[in-house]
Amino acid sequence: MISKRIIPCLDVMNGRVVKGVNFKNIQDMADPVEMARHYSETGADELVFYDITASFEGRKLFTDVLRAVASEIFIPLTVGGGINSLEDFDMVLKSGADKVSVNSGAIKDPMLISSAAKRYGSQCVVLSMDVKRVNGKFHVFAKGGRIDTGIDALEWAKMGEDLGAGEIVLNSIDTDGVRGGFDLPMLRAVGEIVSVPLIASGGAGKMEDFLELFKYDRIDAGLAAGVFHTKKIDIRDLKAYLRDNGVNVRI
Amino acid sequence: MIAVIDYGVGNLFSLVSSLRFLELDCIVTNKKEDLLRAERIILPGVGAFGDAMAKLRESGLEDTVKELAGAKPLLGICLGMQILFDKSYEHGEHKGLGLIPGTVAPLAADIGPALKVPHMGWNRLEIVRDDQIFKYFTNGEWVYYVHSFYAKNCTENILGVSEYGVMVTGLVCSGSGKVYGMQFHPEKSGNAGLRLLRAFAEI
Repeated sequence: MISKRIIPCLDVMNGRVVKGVNFKNIQDMADPVEMARHYSETGADELVFYDITASFEGRKLFTDVLRAVASEIFIPLTVGGGINSLEDFDMVLKSGADKVSVNSGAIKDPMLISSAAKRYGSQCVVLSMDVKRVNGKFHVFAKGGRIDTGIDALEWAKMGEDLGAGEIVLNSIDTDGVRGGFDLPMLRAVGEIVSVPLIASGGAGKMEDFLELFKYDRIDAGLAAGVFHTKKIDIRDLKAYLRDNGVNVRI
Repeated sequence: MIAVIDYGVGNLFSLVSSLRFLELDCIVTNKKEDLLRAERIILPGVGAFGDAMAKLRESGLEDTVKELAGAKPLLGICLGMQILFDKSYEHGEHKGLGLIPGTVAPLAADIGPALKVPHMGWNRLEIVRDDQIFKYFTNGEWVYYVHSFYAKNCTENILGVSEYGVMVTGLVCSGSGKVYGMQFHPEKSGNAGLRLLRAFAEI
């Protein structure tokens, strides 16, 4: 049976891994290749790279980083950030990405999902959603969580799947950076209506949070950044802990 | 030298990177003469079965691959493995290379409604029959899959399987012992995958 996946997420700016809270107070963390190597060696099942630079020069540095990582790390690589067109898909896939994650670009043009799925296959297209509670409803936010689109998250998830997204990353803005655990009510709401793999993001603070997450069997993977980057959680320890508690993980 | 066939199906970046990482001499090619002089051939592929066969035919390499299949080691990966079989029922019925007896059928029909398709993620590869391809591999190590169709009716040729509602054909070998197929992606399966590629390079 396939394992539950543990996925570190690396935000890359000007060729370096950085970490900020809500896109503010951005701190330099590490060299992306070194960090990717460390995660691969310690048991990460997949890596996600977000390009958080907007400039042309930044983009060039990002694809250079991606090529360097893909030349020596042989686990699946997902890339996101600023993906607005099939040309953007093409560029990162040719630089070594296996999957491409769309967010604001797909909100602007939902057909980006279907045309990419048709050209590259659904397994290649990941719909990433930043979601926050607004007046008791789940709203999709765009532009790195800054703009309320007013779109209902459940409808968007379903539509994304119907258009051909092969996976959904659900990032809860409400729990992101708080480290108080994943947003299980939000994950359950989406998990009940989609059938593609669902990746939980936002809120991981301790190993127990991952165990709680995987008790809900519709979750396929847990994604986190800060807790891994700061070495608060070592992936080897996390996986051993999950295995000892009955979760099927790759060790 | 290993020839990786480039027939316009899928991204070869990771595969070529993994071979280079292993310091194996390789070229990416769509030329018959390169296949003739290569010691080994890898047939990659992602996408749809019918398209892949059509593209292989258009490239003029179908007959060359068939001719060389008994003479030098050939490895099909993912869709490249599926087209080694007789035929597939992916969107209609399509004839494959016929190098390994068996058919390719949708997973969804056989695994039940509770499991998601594609079969995507890390799964354990259980050795069914020992072979030199497992020289550096330990039974039950994890490999990375992404696929919606799988090979069946090929029991005699199966070397390794992974459980996903059914026993999914993971690794196969022809009766001649020269043609190998991996449904999973060895170039995405971490160290375990690299070790399988290394073993293939020594066959």
